Amino acid sequence: MRTLFALLCLLLPAQAQAFAAEDVVADLSQNRVSINTSFDGSEILVFGAVKRSRPVPIGTPPLEVIITVSGPSEPVTVRKKDRRLGIWVNTESVEIDAAPSFYAVATSGAFGDVLTETEDQRHKVSVAQAIRSVGAPASISDAQSFTEALMRIRANNDLYVTAEGAVELVQETLFNTEIRLPANLVEGSYETRIFLTRGGEVTAIYNDVIEVSKVGLERFIYNLAHEQPLAYGLLSLFIAISAGWMASAIFRFIR
Amino acid sequence: MQIYLPIAEVSVNAFLLLGLGGIVGVLSGMFGVGGGFLMTPLLFFIGIPPAVAVATEANQIVASSFSGVLAHLKRQTVDLRMGGVLLVGGLVGAGVGVQVFTLLREMGQVDLLVKLCYVVFLGLIGGLMFIESLRAIRRSRGQTTTKVIRKQRTWVHALPFKMKFRTSGLYISVIPPLVVGVLVGVLAAIMGVGGGFIMVPAMIYILGMPTKVVVGTSLFQIIFVTAFTTLLHATTNYTVDMVLAVLLLIGGVIGAQIGARIGVKLKAEQLRILLAIMVLAVCGKLALDLLLTPAEFYSIGTGGHG
Repeated sequence: MRTLFALLCLLLPAQAQAFAAEDVVADLSQNRVSINTSFDGSEILVFGAVKRSRPVPIGTPPLEVIITVSGPSEPVTVRKKDRRLGIWVNTESVEIDAAPSFYAVATSGAFGDVLTETEDQRHKVSVAQAIRSVGAPASISDAQSFTEALMRIRANNDLYVTAEGAVELVQETLFNTEIRLPANLVEGSYETRIFLTRGGEVTAIYNDVIEVSKVGLERFIYNLAHEQPLAYGLLSLFIAISAGWMASAIFRFIR
Repeated sequence: MQIYLPIAEVSVNAFLLLGLGGIVGVLSGMFGVGGGFLMTPLLFFIGIPPAVAVATEANQIVASSFSGVLAHLKRQTVDLRMGGVLLVGGLVGAGVGVQVFTLLREMGQVDLLVKLCYVVFLGLIGGLMFIESLRAIRRSRGQTTTKVIRKQRTWVHALPFKMKFRTSGLYISVIPPLVVGVLVGVLAAIMGVGGGFIMVPAMIYILGMPTKVVVGTSLFQIIFVTAFTTLLHATTNYTVDMVLAVLLLIGGVIGAQIGARIGVKLKAEQLRILLAIMVLAVCGKLALDLLLTPAEFYSIGTGGHG
């Protein structure tokens, strides 16, 4: 343990010297997304600059930028259909421990070029890495295909987005990209990360959070439904009955 | 115009919902079915989470049924007494049904069972009604003078606890309507619908009630059973979406009024054959879903259930 620590002490300064030369200064066009009744998705502009304490030595691999936005994670069950007695039935299912409700990755180049697989695993950057699946039941032979199915279905719903080359990088200093949040958003904190990479290695990380929350009528209804369910149910019934009665009264008046 | 639904947590087109509510409302008023068996699958299709669709649909059915029943009350085509007996059975059945539903959900095959339920019941009822009404139409075309008398003495008339149902012109035991009520309640809770499409044929063919009274009476019972279901869903699952319900019911209540008026103008046989065709169409669609190879073999459910 002690030797390991000593080793780390030796290694860290050397690494830091190579990496600490660059840092990210960034901001978002908005840190708060309000879901109101007419909410129809939102676009967030992520922009920033690279701060350098000294010029880049000649021969260093080019700077690349990766930006990720990740919605709150929750467990998900993926079911697979199979033909049994002529009809299609859900047979196998895999519980995925945590999958973000929304995940967007934007890069300044092809994903394979800007980040190595090891770094991807360490920082959990790609969509596949953002999904945490500890283990499927032993009876399932191809657990991987369940995770792939989850990614495919969510990608079709615009919930998982990988945009290669979507980050605009100017003279290795200024960068910006636009992340589109779809209309079917879930409330919560959306973690935003900006990675600077050189030669596929992460050299700097910047973290920020976008708060997505319901406001106004949406907030009121949601709170009422969860805090006063009985009152909410009765109110729903009252609205239904009075609407039914009103329609009937109006039609009688027309006659 | 897109609108964000606070409980369903999706954004949908408001006019689409109004339109759907309207169409289903017309059918509801015409046939005395709540329209849930049509609306619930339609809501799934436009991307509303199933749990929210089922619960909110129950709330919407309350509105359209109430609107419909008022129209029927004015014409005195509601047998309140029969409705009351059916209702007692229905509430008991709904209570049982919710328990069965929870049990099935734990077993993880609730989707399939609900669909199978739909296919079997819609197929049976639709088929029977279609054949019967075709025969009736042919009879009335062939010889217009002979009136069909439906009041045969069957096993239904041999049971004890007889009660007079004046509006229906019946003097039968309370046991058959009670049993019908319970069965409909159970199925309604499992299938997430009002249950009118099962109750209407049951009232015609088992209880021998006149078709004109059947519609109003069925609506009367449905109001209370779905109101009960709405409260249950609201308090246990928090899945009633008020905004969705309001949009659906604005279209629905107007549609129900129009439907009730169209219903008066049609002959009973025509009314029944139309309902039969519709029931068979929905049944066919669901059967195809089960039989055809799906485009996507996988589906996502949140949490441990869905």
